[in-house]
Amino acid sequence: MKIPLSYSIRNLAVRRTTTLMTALGIAATVAVLLAVMALAEGLRSAFAATGHPLHVLVTRKGSDSELSSNFERRVFQDLLYKPGIASGSNGQPLASLEMVTVINLPAADNPDGVNVTLRGVGPAGIEMRDLAMPQGRWFESGKREAVVGKSILARFPTAQVGDTLRFGKGEWQIVGVMDGGRSAVNSEVFVDLNQAASDFDRSSVLSSALLRASDELARNALINDLETDQRLNVAARTERDYYASQMVASAPIQFLGTFVAIIMAIGSSFACMNTMYAAVARRSKEIGTLRVLGFSQWSILTAFFLESLALAAIGGLLGIVLVLPLSNVSTAIGSFVSFSEVSFNLSVTPSVMITGLIFALVMGVLGGLLPARMAARKEILNALRDI
Amino acid sequence: MQDVVIETRKLTKIYKRDEFEVVALKEADFTLRRGDFVALMGPSGSGKSTLLHLAAAMDKPTSGSIRVLGEDIAALRDREIAAWRNRHVGFVFQSFNLIPVLTAHENVELPLKLMRMTRQQREEHSRTALELVGLGDRVGHFPRQLSGGQEQRVAIARAIVTDPDLILADEPTGNLDANSAQEVLTLLRRLNEEFGKTVVIVTHDPHAARFARGIRYIEKGELLPEGATPEDWTPATPFAVTTPGNPKSSAQA
Ligand SMILES: Nc1ncnc2c1ncn2[C@@H]1O[C@H](COP(=O)(O)OP(=O)(O)O)[C@@H](O)[C@H]1O
Ligand SMILES: [Mg+2]
Repeated sequence: MKIPLSYSIRNLAVRRTTTLMTALGIAATVAVLLAVMALAEGLRSAFAATGHPLHVLVTRKGSDSELSSNFERRVFQDLLYKPGIASGSNGQPLASLEMVTVINLPAADNPDGVNVTLRGVGPAGIEMRDLAMPQGRWFESGKREAVVGKSILARFPTAQVGDTLRFGKGEWQIVGVMDGGRSAVNSEVFVDLNQAASDFDRSSVLSSALLRASDELARNALINDLETDQRLNVAARTERDYYASQMVASAPIQFLGTFVAIIMAIGSSFACMNTMYAAVARRSKEIGTLRVLGFSQWSILTAFFLESLALAAIGGLLGIVLVLPLSNVSTAIGSFVSFSEVSFNLSVTPSVMITGLIFALVMGVLGGLLPARMAARKEILNALRDI
Repeated sequence: MQDVVIETRKLTKIYKRDEFEVVALKEADFTLRRGDFVALMGPSGSGKSTLLHLAAAMDKPTSGSIRVLGEDIAALRDREIAAWRNRHVGFVFQSFNLIPVLTAHENVELPLKLMRMTRQQREEHSRTALELVGLGDRVGHFPRQLSGGQEQRVAIARAIVTDPDLILADEPTGNLDANSAQEVLTLLRRLNEEFGKTVVIVTHDPHAARFARGIRYIEKGELLPEGATPEDWTPATPFAVTTPGNPKSSAQA
């Protein structure tokens, strides 16, 4: 690099309005991409945090989600005697029969209400999940009582402890709040299994079973055993795998976001190119002078190329600054699989930021290459003649 | 060390523009010796700049030969030319051509970036050059903070900082008021007398030309023989320009 970098940087500073406009375009592009990535990252960590590694989720064969699974109580009874299931504190197998459905809650920001997952569980289901209880108590069996995830609390003003919710065949009182760390349970409402089954007329056909295997080896054997048992006709996978597969929920948004980011990137690259072409045209005489002083075409190319990269880097950094406040924003996304909302935190991780910067630099490369080449190819005398 | 700095034989430059050909320089024989200080005079469009550009290898001749400091510069490749010019030729422009975003010191230091030098050496050379042109107290100033005369002196400092043998100045006083012009010409004269630099200046101004040791005239692309003035010279052949020179280029120095 023969021509000092300060030459390129100061030229950006001199035409600061153009620089800022172009950089803002790049910043907006980077911000869109990073927001999409932060969303994916947040979802990933929400789902990855859900589920115990030894848990096996069993649904009826052919069902992608608990919601669409019809799982018979009779089948559950057969499952209990499969080898490899761990025992709970009372000596009973750690296995939970569950009913999953969707209820509609009025939300502050959505007059039509928002769908939320309702889960009927028994004592085993509560014991198996490692849930803290920051407020209230668990529901009593046989009562219309509900415990809500802590994300629900934040998002639905009418779903606080002491409030009542209408669904099934009557009014349900909220008696507690559960906290499952970063897991998707925080976006669910838990009620007593039998009460829910009777309210929704599903006493013999429920949704799924959650089993805890005694160890990893037993877990794999158990999954294999369940999957191959023709008589049971069930699908089994680890709870983690199940939630990871729910990630597809964010795929359309990610796709759209990435698509928009790419379109914007093309626009921003052209804007960058335009700015740089203008700079080359305006500094024609300067280019000729540098050549007369003995700088090679290569030096000229490098100087203008670096100027474009620096411009893009400014845009990239601005973009990161724009999305940084998103980092602690909690948001919700409708899951297309469970038809209900899952809350999670956007996370702008360092790797997300680096990706943003690289993305910006790519725009700088695309926008800078041709103008830099044009600068380098000017004939000295023609360059000097231009004012 | 060659005694002859510039030597041209039948040096010709023809510009082709669309259908037309402009003979900017016609079979010029020009010899410049070490320590010379020559003023090139002639009307606008007569080919003065063309000769200077050819001597600085900023352009290639159409025919004829040119050797500068013993080098057949027309035969050099682009990269070699750049390095050669950096080392051997200091060029001074009519409109100064300082880099606006760089300070006086940075402008002067620029050609040294191409040489193998430590940062400290570069600073020393740059300071020496600026002091020589009387601007030791303006090192941190940007071009826009300087007067025209000062800008041109910075440009001269930039031209001499690499210690070149040859200084070519194309109408260096064309954009200056009388006082500044006087300063710049005195400076060039000093570079010639005290530092033995070989200098060629292009000028319209007879007063400016008097600072040089000798004057060469160009008329319509023809370099008049040494000692000849336009009054006592008549072209041997009718002048061969097929079209009048482009007014824009002619206006340019
Ligand atoms: N790049 C060019 N293309 C076409 N014609 C040119 C070019 N450069 C110079 N000329 C022509 O060559 C002639 C000599 O130009 P020049 O050397 O610049 O004159 P001077 O410096 O004496 O005013 C003029 O007629 C000018 O129009
Ligand atoms: Mg000229």
